Amino acid sequence: MTSLNLEALFQSKIDEETKIEPKDWMPDAYRKTLIRQISQHAHSEIVGMLPEGNWITRAPSLRRKLILLAKVQDEAGHGLYLYSAAETLGANRDDLVQQLLSGKAKYSSIFNYPTLNWADIGAIGWLVDGAAIMNQVMLTRTSYGPYARAMVRICKEESFHQRQGYEIMIAMAKGSPEQKAMAQDAINRWWWPSLMMFGPKDAESSHSDQALKWKIKRKTNDELRQQFVDVTVPQAEYLGLTVPDPDLRWNEEKGSYDFGEIDWEEFWSVVKGNGPCNKQRLQARNKAYEDGAWVREAASAHAAKKEQRKLEPQLATKAA
Amino acid sequence: MKNEWPLWEIFIRSKSGLSHKHVGSLHATDAEMALENARDLYTRRNEGVSLWVVESKHITASDPNDSDPLFEPAKDKIYRHPTFYNVPDEVTHM
Repeated sequence: MTSLNLEALFQSKIDEETKIEPKDWMPDAYRKTLIRQISQHAHSEIVGMLPEGNWITRAPSLRRKLILLAKVQDEAGHGLYLYSAAETLGANRDDLVQQLLSGKAKYSSIFNYPTLNWADIGAIGWLVDGAAIMNQVMLTRTSYGPYARAMVRICKEESFHQRQGYEIMIAMAKGSPEQKAMAQDAINRWWWPSLMMFGPKDAESSHSDQALKWKIKRKTNDELRQQFVDVTVPQAEYLGLTVPDPDLRWNEEKGSYDFGEIDWEEFWSVVKGNGPCNKQRLQARNKAYEDGAWVREAASAHAAKKEQRKLEPQLATKAA
Repeated sequence: MKNEWPLWEIFIRSKSGLSHKHVGSLHATDAEMALENARDLYTRRNEGVSLWVVESKHITASDPNDSDPLFEPAKDKIYRHPTFYNVPDEVTHM
């Protein structure tokens, strides 16, 4: 078959909602786009452990500590599900990790913001995981089978993440005036970066059209962002707190909220590496990787030795 | 990098009475580590009662390009299905 025919066949499978599986023919650009997107997503999960891991030792109770530990462990798990999905496309795990460590690969900019106090852990679970869920629920229906299956697992687990965050927010919003002020301050700092998680505006999103045609994505950045605002604002109201947007108002006609303009200068600046924590995050990942080198080597040596021991009795018999 | 740990495919039996089902993969130095990692990675919420780990290189997969000729022999043998046969209405328990 000519590549033109193959491409037409591929698109017709996508159009009739047949999933693409690892060994199926796919256009190079589809493969590359997926490897880039899935590995960036994996990197985001891995780097995403850092801002929250920062608070494990300082969680205000044993209950909160256990929950946060479980959540951070889940993030590691999500990263691993996604790396393994990327590998089904022919990517190499070590290459992907190296791209993260060298700074060549991107990860979600949200993790380049600092977690200053305990209220931030609540705001991250509620807002950041909430925004991630919008995107991830859509991705459970993505056209590439292994990515979709990883997303189903991830979504089941994310729901706990968001609820535990909102529970922290409720506790603080209903707590002392100081606690309520901390919760409001956390929303003030995390609201706009959370809206930025959906990426550039549709008009400026370079990959969007093709990704929609291939059904890698099924909704545009702006659609997902609108959906997030619509479900989240009432949740803030329940807390008795406000989102920091003077332009936010309910639009009766369209049945959703109008909201203010994102500071795109800040968005691009953080994407390009100039956010408050970009350097710190990469340093932390590199340090973890280097500090773990002896463990990786020791495990390999141990496995080789065990394998050798298994073979030795056979060798002895042969020699006799 | 040359020292990459081998890739393992993970299968989980979700409860007794059901078959093992593929859930994903992971890297590990050997089978024992693959089992331990699979426990931590794929069964954090009681997803299973039994695990299989198989090094990925040991799996031979059919080629999707050959799936038409490969599965074609089954397609025209509709007489293999019970619905192919007419059973008179008067006859029951069949």
